[in-house]
Amino acid sequence: MIRGFFILLGFQLIGEVGARGLALPAPGPVIGLALLVIALSLYRRWRPFDQEALAASDLGQAARGLLAALPLLFVPAGVGVVQYLGLLREQGLALAVALVVSTVATLLATVGVFLLVKRLSDAKADA
Amino acid sequence: MTPFRLWVYLQTTPLFWLTATLAAFLAADALAKAAGRRPIVNNVLISIALLGGLLKLTGTDYQTYFNGAQFVHFLLGPATVALGVPIYTNFALVKRNVWPLAAALFVGAIVAIASAVLVAKGLGAPRPVLIALAPKSITAGVAMAVTETLGGAPPLTAVLVIATGVLGAIIVTPLMNALGVTDYAARGFAVGLASHGIGTARAFAVDPVAGVFAGLAMGLNAVVTPAVIPVLLPWLIG
Repeated sequence: MIRGFFILLGFQLIGEVGARGLALPAPGPVIGLALLVIALSLYRRWRPFDQEALAASDLGQAARGLLAALPLLFVPAGVGVVQYLGLLREQGLALAVALVVSTVATLLATVGVFLLVKRLSDAKADA
Repeated sequence: MTPFRLWVYLQTTPLFWLTATLAAFLAADALAKAAGRRPIVNNVLISIALLGGLLKLTGTDYQTYFNGAQFVHFLLGPATVALGVPIYTNFALVKRNVWPLAAALFVGAIVAIASAVLVAKGLGAPRPVLIALAPKSITAGVAMAVTETLGGAPPLTAVLVIATGVLGAIIVTPLMNALGVTDYAARGFAVGLASHGIGTARAFAVDPVAGVFAGLAMGLNAVVTPAVIPVLLPWLIG
């Protein structure tokens, strides 16, 4: 467990240092995520492992534990809404309508384009 | 110790509000579970309502609360890195979907920004609110940094980001079921793109493949949206 957390924090640290040091446009944890995927595929070439071994490893357990708690992790930032009750009284309706319309539009556009391009590329692969 | 002095003592340590955060989440999650994980009974939303009410009731300011809750908040970073494990495990599936994924990413990112800003502008929201609104579909830390660069209010962005996350998590399942979309890669990718980590958490609760594609969309959109906003926003709000 400790080793698992060490690996996750270590990759986040490398990601943060890389993002700031090289002024990369991506956030540190996202760079850490990408580096972890690359590191896992390199490690597998050196010492082959299967999915079950990864899931049972310290890293696999730490990752599963954290991801199971993912909804909880957004609560502290969300409670920040208490600072904006005044603004929400004034702009609440505009913001609520904008968020609902935009969320539905984004879900529809994303899933639509995904399925459309998938159908096109599958058709091309079959031809 | 009098109750008042005990309360004053509790305000100076992180212990009370950290414990309260976990308690609120456990209660909210038990409620969501009792409701059969129906999307509208969202565990994040209920937790926020419970804690917000408790802050009001006790007259506690947000900073005092956050001093305790920051330990939970901090784990968002390593949790984002942890998404690398399921993404790696499903990498073959990701590679097979690379074109749909890339196209949906760019279209989705632009629709997310433009639709929110244009609707709010049409309803008369002022310029600083529009700036804070633009990055609402990406993960909180990055969205706040984007707003800060553009001269908006980062804490307002955090609230709009969480609201978007909760909305997407509530809407996605009934919407996709109504449309008859059975491809869980596509469903997951859409909710991760529109609603970042909260959407991803919902996707993992529904289907593991959906969770992987949601995590991927969240990670990719955290890169694309900050690059698109500076180009798109002047054009949208003039």
